[in-house]
Amino acid sequence: MSAAINVTTHVFHPASAPDYIPLPQMRQLQLTRLQAVVRRAWDHVALFRERMAARGLKPEDIRSLEDVHLLPFTVKTDLRDTYPFGLFASPMQEVVRLHASSGTTGKPIVVAYTKEDVEVWTSAIVRCFAACGVTRGDVVQNAYGYGLFTGGLGAHYGAEALGATVIPISGGNTDRQIMVMRDFGVTAICCTPSYFIHLVERAGELGVDVRSLPLRVGIFGAEPWTNSMRKHMEAAAGIRAQDIYGLSEIIGPGVAIECECQDGLHILEDHFYPEVIDTETGEPVPDGTEGELVLTTLSKRAMPMIRYRTRDITSLVTESCPCGRTLRRMRRIGRRSDDMIIIRGVNVFPSQVEAALLAIEGTVPHYQIILTREKGLDVMEVRVEVTPGMFSDKIGAIEDLNRKIVHVLDQTLGIRVAVRLVEPHGIERSEGKAKRVIDRRNLEQ
Amino acid sequence: MKIHQLSLFLENKPGRLIEPCRLLAGAGIDMRTLTLADTAQFGILRMIVSDWERARAMLKEAGFVVNTVEVVAVEVPDRPGGLAEVLEPFQGTDINIEYMYAFPTGTVDRAVLIFRFDKPDAAIAVLQQAGINVLEGVQAYNRIRE
Repeated sequence: MSAAINVTTHVFHPASAPDYIPLPQMRQLQLTRLQAVVRRAWDHVALFRERMAARGLKPEDIRSLEDVHLLPFTVKTDLRDTYPFGLFASPMQEVVRLHASSGTTGKPIVVAYTKEDVEVWTSAIVRCFAACGVTRGDVVQNAYGYGLFTGGLGAHYGAEALGATVIPISGGNTDRQIMVMRDFGVTAICCTPSYFIHLVERAGELGVDVRSLPLRVGIFGAEPWTNSMRKHMEAAAGIRAQDIYGLSEIIGPGVAIECECQDGLHILEDHFYPEVIDTETGEPVPDGTEGELVLTTLSKRAMPMIRYRTRDITSLVTESCPCGRTLRRMRRIGRRSDDMIIIRGVNVFPSQVEAALLAIEGTVPHYQIILTREKGLDVMEVRVEVTPGMFSDKIGAIEDLNRKIVHVLDQTLGIRVAVRLVEPHGIERSEGKAKRVIDRRNLEQ
Repeated sequence: MKIHQLSLFLENKPGRLIEPCRLLAGAGIDMRTLTLADTAQFGILRMIVSDWERARAMLKEAGFVVNTVEVVAVEVPDRPGGLAEVLEPFQGTDINIEYMYAFPTGTVDRAVLIFRFDKPDAAIAVLQQAGINVLEGVQAYNRIRE
């Protein structure tokens, strides 16, 4: 590869080879895999077969990549409605891993992996990390949460397969994170961007200047972030800050990654076929036009997702990237088409807050969610208008109620929230749809 | 024997207290006595007013969360030991005082205590048995005004 077309400063990693497949071959590979995954879903997933039948479609009707537009969409509620295992295409004997993420009604959505799926996932993360310049010899601090959340284990397997040294520290315990970062000579870190900002600030308080440490790259995902946050993190920590994209329903992290050009995220489209559609009509929009990202898993076995509507708003970039990858890019996710909010990597729907308040009071009082960022960390405050039923002339009784709401929200959402009781009409009424969420986190690009 | 106290939920921020006061002033309702309980985030304005039913209706109409509870008014001599004498008869009972407040009356040597008991009826019986002057509703309002 000549220097003229290869601006990369990274050592080429062999695992990155699929990133450079010439377009004709890539399209052929995608079509072959699309036909196979449609067949697999048809054979094993009743909901998909019913929807195909309703459209008079059979797997053999998919003759070209354009035919993907004929296929029915899959939406998040499909996962909820078929909870827990209704969309599995593999018998449990072949499923080696289950993960889960929060759904809209408190019930999680469950995702499954066969051994082959875990291998695909791992290879996807390897390619993502390699694109960020991480390689053998790097010491990777994996501060994504381990557990049902896909982030922790996904990043772990990938970093390990890459040959890097993985520190499976998981999230939380910031002071220990800083000690480990310094003492273990960490060179790469994975976590949510807001947590990283918090970590750097805390390090400063402890007298540790992150810029003086060997840390050189951060791979940040699981929540939307912006270029101004990138500039801030890169300057404050002396690193390159790279955006990684993924979602549990598709596989977890590893769906798309920024290369060294930091100008959009390359979608690993040999495994995840992207479309961008008009949110209202469901019709595809021209490349470069904003719309909702729709993904089809081309290789997944345990849980194929056909035309999954991510609700993430982006646009596809088809111009070639100076890095030489042929993978199409998508613009960074700035917003979503539904009311889901992502706080510290956790998905939260206002309807969950509503359900929790209903469970406590029997009615839904006026409420509002205020999101702010304090010391780099997302803070969620729920303001609740006091109703006659909630009010008492005794301070203790009101404080008990406040604690109870905090506790129930804690249990439902899985994150710590602050609750503030306000006077009736203390929350501004808007015409029409209530404004449930005020986001003051400055997520502008 | 019990009198009605209105309680209002107020956010603990500048300008909140004046609104209910203005409202009652405009209606010619006299706030005979009041106390403000506060936390960092909110406060509870507890008050005894001249016409509690009208005041409650007006405050509700204006969008306030109003709670009405029955409290007990007791008249005591305004001298050292006055309060202790009232509390003494409750020793050994399981009656709890949720909160209380006190204020002098117009007459030099008397004070009125307002008690929020968890068991107001039992408490009144205890007080009366001890010979303590529990004020009737109208009497209490007037005494507070003196």
